[in-house]
Amino acid sequence: MTTQFRESIETALHNPNLAGALGRFSEAYRTSRAKAYEGIDFEAVRDQIVDIKSSASSNFEALAEQFKASAEARGAKVFRTADPAQVKQYILALAKEKGVQRVVKSKSMASEEIHLNKAFEQAGIVVDETDLGEWIIQLAHQTPSHMVMPAIHMTKEEVTEVFNEEVEAGQTPDIPKLVKFARAKLRPKFLQADMGITGANIAVAETGSLVIVTNEGNARLVTTLPKIHVAIVGIEKLVSLVKDIQPILTALPRSATGQLLTSYVSIISGPVPNTDGTPKELHIILMDNHRSDMAKDPMFKEALQCIRCATCLNVCPVFRLVGGHVFGKTYTGGIGTILTAWFDELKKSEDIQGLCIQCGSCVPLCPGKIDIPRLILELRRRLVVEKGQSLAMKAIFGVVNNRRLFHSMLRMASVTQRPFKQGRFIRHLPLFLSDMTDFRSLPAVAEVPLRDTIRKIRQPEGGEKIAFFAGCLIDFCYPEMGESLVKILNKAGIEVLFPEGQTCCGAPARYNGAYEVAAQNARDNIKALLETDVSFVVSACPTCTVALKHDFIDTFRSVGETDAMEAAGKLAAKTIDFSTLVKKLVDEGRLTFKEGEDLGKITYHDSCHLKRTLKASEEPRELLKEAGHEITEMYECDTCCGMAGSYSLKLPELSAPILERKLKHIKDTGAARVVMDCPGCVMQIRGGLDKEGTPVRAEHTAERLAERFK
Amino acid sequence: MSSHFEAFKTRAEAVSAEVHRFAGKEEALAFVLAFLKEAGVSDAPQCGAVWSAGSFLDWAGTDKLRAEVPGLSFEVSREGSAAARVGLSQMDWAIAGTGTLVQDATAVETRLVSTLPLIHVAIIGGDRILEDMGSVLERLRPDQLNYISFISGPSRTADIERVLTIGVHGPGRLVVVVIDGFEQVAS
Repeated sequence: MTTQFRESIETALHNPNLAGALGRFSEAYRTSRAKAYEGIDFEAVRDQIVDIKSSASSNFEALAEQFKASAEARGAKVFRTADPAQVKQYILALAKEKGVQRVVKSKSMASEEIHLNKAFEQAGIVVDETDLGEWIIQLAHQTPSHMVMPAIHMTKEEVTEVFNEEVEAGQTPDIPKLVKFARAKLRPKFLQADMGITGANIAVAETGSLVIVTNEGNARLVTTLPKIHVAIVGIEKLVSLVKDIQPILTALPRSATGQLLTSYVSIISGPVPNTDGTPKELHIILMDNHRSDMAKDPMFKEALQCIRCATCLNVCPVFRLVGGHVFGKTYTGGIGTILTAWFDELKKSEDIQGLCIQCGSCVPLCPGKIDIPRLILELRRRLVVEKGQSLAMKAIFGVVNNRRLFHSMLRMASVTQRPFKQGRFIRHLPLFLSDMTDFRSLPAVAEVPLRDTIRKIRQPEGGEKIAFFAGCLIDFCYPEMGESLVKILNKAGIEVLFPEGQTCCGAPARYNGAYEVAAQNARDNIKALLETDVSFVVSACPTCTVALKHDFIDTFRSVGETDAMEAAGKLAAKTIDFSTLVKKLVDEGRLTFKEGEDLGKITYHDSCHLKRTLKASEEPRELLKEAGHEITEMYECDTCCGMAGSYSLKLPELSAPILERKLKHIKDTGAARVVMDCPGCVMQIRGGLDKEGTPVRAEHTAERLAERFK
Repeated sequence: MSSHFEAFKTRAEAVSAEVHRFAGKEEALAFVLAFLKEAGVSDAPQCGAVWSAGSFLDWAGTDKLRAEVPGLSFEVSREGSAAARVGLSQMDWAIAGTGTLVQDATAVETRLVSTLPLIHVAIIGGDRILEDMGSVLERLRPDQLNYISFISGPSRTADIERVLTIGVHGPGRLVVVVIDGFEQVAS
């Protein structure tokens, strides 16, 4: 990570306006989005969008040609190019030929992508953005921080200062007055401009139509008053048919701003008369700039299903802390990271890809069904392939790759940590390790790991056998969680086996792009877990469960080890998470709760992988309620706690404020306990509560339920 | 139709449009004339009104209206519209699901009167309200029309601190006149 990048994070985190504006917006956004979708089957709409956009990206060449033919038949001029430089040359040559002196623009990310304004300025042509946010950004000599709300990072006081300095002194920080001022100042610019530039939200091949949405009405003026209209359209905006418009416009305004529809939608399919009766010159530039390369990539083709609604920015726990500017110049947030890697170059995404905490919040809400965290992991993997892993990481993964060495080092750690241990916690670490314990205490490595203690438990024999995949945290830090699981399954007459050959699930390696290491971990674990004849493989760590159930197969696919995928599939079919298994046993009558228990109020934290990948959020809640607890839901119960494996070690400055928010929401419920299904979340939340000295207990569901069955 | 009207009204009002419904053309015209007077339309500078062509206007008669409302013009120009307080036009369809008005806006006058003045008065027959955008696009077809406009409420922005502010570049008020007894023919 470059120092410059770390500093930009630091600057963003210390900007109170940013945190305030983004924090308030991200909270309001979820409510207004949900309200806008009332009565709409979101899943059906996004399935339609996926169909439309994925078939379009399979046929870019044909669609672009069809669009060109249709639009030209209507009288437009269409210029196709792969090269951003040619886009600028075309527009500047046209401007020169027509004697254009003034240009007005409505919002176009494609023009931001190619830095068009700079080219105009160098050619001595006056160019004005007319979207209010874009105008403010232009006047302030900044770049947009958000795809939909370019100036969301600025306060009204900052806007006033920009207006005073760049336009006319005497403005006051009163929003309606500032807007009125912008209207008055931009109106003559619309009327005087010789050329209007727009983007397009959709380009329809069958009719050569451009669909442009705005709320301010500036695109209507830009396409009405100047005699020349130039539209710059990325080819990913192409769709085949007019009937493809409706699904996209059903999702775009709802997902972008919680509106049913933007104030204005214009569908332009050919030149229209100018106010002097002459026909308007309509030029449409279809720009590729690596979009067709992306379409040819089996993994990244999916990213072309983006409709640019910016949901992935709005619901991202990291974006709301740092805003858009740390991401770079044009496209920001999760999807922006991917677009930057392609439209610019892979190397440019090296720092920003690390911002993704892999919580998956954006996945269920993306109208294009893009698995953004997965694609960012793929960027990470390719960066590692291209550039190699850092020496420190190499050393760590060298150890993780050798189970005996790894486990003997963990056992050794329980001895070497002694000077730093206070009870079960490590509260301070010296020197460069101190960042790790600044905002939360760490768990001490247990004196005896689960793999040893489990042998001493007398278990029922001769009945059903289930294999337990403990994962490193439970095995070496929280063996009591594993013992609780054994106790519960024993009550159902099940014998819990602990296959000795099991090792790290490979998630740390995978999430750091070290797929070869993850593949070795997967091979070792598959061998160990498929050796015994068991009905299920259970894990009480959602990240491990996801590794066994999904990631092993995906890792093998990514590294091209397709012959290993069958065994991985067998393991996946047997793998189940703790709460889902226990709920099943309760429902089957094999486990019975003690009666008449009133265990008091708790709150439940949804772990990212359990809720969003394994889709289990009701199971643990129902178990806890049946056990005798009352659950008071916390605000944003399914928002990431900031742990995310090694993320909290790599980016403690982001992990800490995410945890702080989580702790606040936990405390706001007034519950004495917070329960969760993930030992990683326990580590983060318990450590945060300990550091603060807050008397709220953080527990794993298994621990909470251990004594509750007959 | 009337069920569509209620849905249209609710959604249009939710985005700050003002919706008025009339049984017949006479009542609607009386409302429009009173509205123009109340809005201060006159032949003083910056106080004019511009009205683009449509079957309702044909019915009302431009000569009569010109005599009745000083400052009202039917020759829609760039300068006239930029200086006008009110712009009037007839819409082709409306969408109940989103409270949207839709218009074949190929003629530049239709756009001038609905973008430049401070107030836009939109006239539409009560039987022109359809359920959704798809139904409208079957009737106003992009393969036949070069410019189709969808309008939902007045111009708005939330670009400064996410505070909703009405009337940025386009009209600050959208007044919708729905006329039940008006069998609209295509403009």
